[in-house]
Amino acid sequence: MSDLDLPLIWAIVLATAVFLYVAMDGFDLGVGILFPRLERGEERDLAVATIAPVWDGNETWLVLGGGGLLAVFPLAYAIVLPALYMPLIVMLLALIFRGVAFEMRFRQETERGRRAWDNGFWLGSTVAAFSQGVALGAYVQGIAVEGRGYAGGWWDWLSPFSVLTGLALVAGYGLLGATWLVWKTEGGLHEKARRLAAPLGSVTLGFVAAVSLVMPVLQPEFAARWFGVPHLLFVWIVPVAVILLAVVLFRALAAAPIEGARSAMLWRDAIPFGAALGLFLLCYVGLGISLWPNIVPPGITIWDAAAPPATQGFLLVGAAVLVPLVLIYTGFVYWIFRGKVRPGEGYHH
Amino acid sequence: MLLDAFPSALDLARFQFAFTVVWHFLFPAFTIGLASYLAVLEGLWLATGRAVFLETFQWWLRIFAVAFAMGVVSGIVMSYQFGTNWSVLSDRAGPVIGPLLGYEVLTAFFLEAGFLGVMLFGLNRVGKGLHFAATCCVAAGTLISTFWIIAANSWMHTPTGHEVAPDGRFLPLDWWAIIFNPSFPYRFLHVVSAAYLTTAFIVGAVGAFHLLRDRANAHARLMFSMAMWMALIVAPAQVVIGDLHGLNTLEHQPAKVAAMEGHWETRAGAPMILFALPDMAAERNDLELGIPGLGSLILGHSWEAEIAGLKSFPQEERPTNVPLVFWSFRVMVAIGLLMVALGLAAFVLRLRGRLYDTPWLLRWAVAMGGSGLVAVTAGWIVTEAGRQPYTVYGLLRTADSVSPIAAPAVATSLAMFVVVYFVVFGAGIWLLLRLMERAPHPAQEGPAPGAPIRTAGITPAPAVAAGQVTQPGPAE
Ligand code: HDD
Ligand code: HEM
Ligand code: HEM
Repeated sequence: MSDLDLPLIWAIVLATAVFLYVAMDGFDLGVGILFPRLERGEERDLAVATIAPVWDGNETWLVLGGGGLLAVFPLAYAIVLPALYMPLIVMLLALIFRGVAFEMRFRQETERGRRAWDNGFWLGSTVAAFSQGVALGAYVQGIAVEGRGYAGGWWDWLSPFSVLTGLALVAGYGLLGATWLVWKTEGGLHEKARRLAAPLGSVTLGFVAAVSLVMPVLQPEFAARWFGVPHLLFVWIVPVAVILLAVVLFRALAAAPIEGARSAMLWRDAIPFGAALGLFLLCYVGLGISLWPNIVPPGITIWDAAAPPATQGFLLVGAAVLVPLVLIYTGFVYWIFRGKVRPGEGYHH
Repeated sequence: MLLDAFPSALDLARFQFAFTVVWHFLFPAFTIGLASYLAVLEGLWLATGRAVFLETFQWWLRIFAVAFAMGVVSGIVMSYQFGTNWSVLSDRAGPVIGPLLGYEVLTAFFLEAGFLGVMLFGLNRVGKGLHFAATCCVAAGTLISTFWIIAANSWMHTPTGHEVAPDGRFLPLDWWAIIFNPSFPYRFLHVVSAAYLTTAFIVGAVGAFHLLRDRANAHARLMFSMAMWMALIVAPAQVVIGDLHGLNTLEHQPAKVAAMEGHWETRAGAPMILFALPDMAAERNDLELGIPGLGSLILGHSWEAEIAGLKSFPQEERPTNVPLVFWSFRVMVAIGLLMVALGLAAFVLRLRGRLYDTPWLLRWAVAMGGSGLVAVTAGWIVTEAGRQPYTVYGLLRTADSVSPIAAPAVATSLAMFVVVYFVVFGAGIWLLLRLMERAPHPAQEGPAPGAPIRTAGITPAPAVAAGQVTQPGPAE
């Protein structure tokens, strides 16, 4: 055990958990973000039915991100969470709103009640996405530290950059939600999701470009990462891959639907979602390139913040067995609920 | 208390933590027991094939879905609050309690969340056997979750298996000693049986409520009968476990027990105080009413045993709010004894064949419906307020655990929590009560597969509406 670079392994595991959270809760928050564009009643019910069996599992990755950080990088947890106090609390409250609205909206007997909880669902999803984006921006732009604690004020998180990343994440999650609905539904809702996905794709790419342009200005360190000589030899792959994926996304969205041929259509319909996920992954890798090896930008590295080896090793033994197991049964649950969701038929193979 | 015009950031953080954790715990206290109850009902249905079990299962399943969702979202708040509000505690104790919470996520939360979808929406997708397995996974998940969170919490009460680094961090030495710390076995048993009792009394109250309307309702009879068996067996067990738990606390946290008992002076032949108004400034009780010697008998197992009073501890080592600890303890114990009494009364009437048609018994059971929730809350307040002024007992003070966040920030977030919790969880609890109020009855015939979705807007999802009788049917 002693030769292993435990902090490095844990940084990879936690980064993966956070990405899985973003990818999975991203599409179900995205469905909520799209709510105002969906018709009340059947369209919204169908959209929610596509995420009903999985949203709870999706959110659990957020808990793993938080709990895991406390366990293996307690110093980072103890600095970052107070620094992002307000956006995180607002995010938690928004997730509460949304989780309860989820259950409530099905069970309202009056039109007014239904409308109110539909709005709660939309608002909760949107605010949660926005505050996650703000938290991300505030984190990236750097955190004031003194000794082992946060040394800034309670409004430090607010900046034009963090608002930009907040809006970017709302658009990005919206894109994930729309492409998810393209995959999981058919008929009117499918067509509508397709029409929504294209502009959302453009807006998201616009935000990606804007954030990428601001980042090097934000900190000279970031610029060196991207434009310094040894790095430049391979980091150019990221923007090129973004462009390629964007082409795949828009072509798949523009393709005319095929009549009949259901199962073929199913996989073809998954392409936009896959491309959107790919875009998220690339942005995430891009962030990683900028931040590495800091866990609290600008100055605390993963090795500075690591819990003692006794702690990291103890949890790693379990994680090595349990994380693959969790992935297997999560995959199994998605498999059980595979296929398109139709009104009146439940899930369809 | 020396409060200036504005409460300190520490007081606000304490109140915020207490507020959110008490709200959170109301839901698991109910869902831990309910998950097991659902597994038992489904198992009985598979074993006997009798429809009444399945129908009762489905009736409670919808209630479970709502309560579980509220438990999850309020729980996510907790796992972030350690960092936002108690960052010094997180930095120092994170290496010890962090992995316990990490294991809770990996072994319990994923299991629950993953199989919850199958449990709620999957009966006609996966077949009976696999569906039952999913229900059992959810039930097991709730118990595993209890195991880890109580291990973490108990370590903070009776820390062992660690060393303290020069910079004040707690470093793990022996994981076995950390997890199975001295108070853990007692607290774990006590909390699990508390959760089972909480559920049993809610189930019993709902059964009794519907029996008062219709004595022949087979589902209500089933619920009431099962709940009263639980009361008969688990309530006395809880009293015994609670007593053992208290003796363990006397060994490790004697100042807490002195506050619970309301003892200021150290003396032999201490009374058991039934009523008193503890006065912290004067260091004595007003209007004390007690049974001489009984306190020593219970705690020291002899009429003459010497029991340490609060005055034998330096001021800065005593619990900061003695009346709160004292009265919360009495509320919990009184409810425990009332639970035992109800279980016994129901047993006697059962032997006489009058279980389902004795109105006073049914009314009593309805009145006791929320008693488990009150007892659980009171119990946690005893435990946690009695641990003050420490977060890690004897080693890290609450005042030294708190995040460097300005008071106005904490006040703002606290105000948001209060508003959102009352509105959102208030609405959720209102919905739960409405669901419980609907009489359970044999499922109507389900729609044929392929029938159009019901537009009443009450079906949990189209996937459910499409099911046969084996699906949770629409509300009536
Ligand atoms: C249905 C719930 C319920 C019931 C009927 C009881 N309790 Fe309890 N009690 C709890 C629910 C609870 C709890 C919520 O589970 C606590 C809080 C934390 C803990 O460890 O258990 C608790 C704490 C707690 C403590 C504090 C231990 C400590 O931290 O240090 C003691 C001494 C007792 N209990 C004793 C009793 C006795 C003697 C009871 C019966 C007469 C009793 N409890 C009934
Ligand atoms: C302050 C301490 C606590 C923290 C940090 C905490 C954390 C959490 C979190 C994050 C969740 C949501 C998990 C998910 O996404 O599925 C949750 C739910 C749950 N917690 Fe807590 N928890 C605490 C106290 C407790 C206690 C004392 C118990 C049991 C005795 C408990 C039992 C459960 C259970 C059974 C669930 C599943 C959801 C439900 O049934 O409502 N928790 N908790
Ligand atoms: C690892 C788990 C836990 C940690 C790290 C933790 C930590 C804390 C902290 C920092 C406080 C605030 C200081 C104080 O006022 O006492 C607190 C108070 C409190 N906690 Fe815990 N806690 C844990 C588990 C629990 C659980 C499981 C419950 C029960 C549901 C609980 C119930 C309470 C209550 C009621 C208070 C308020 C007591 C008071 O302020 O007087 N805690 N805890």
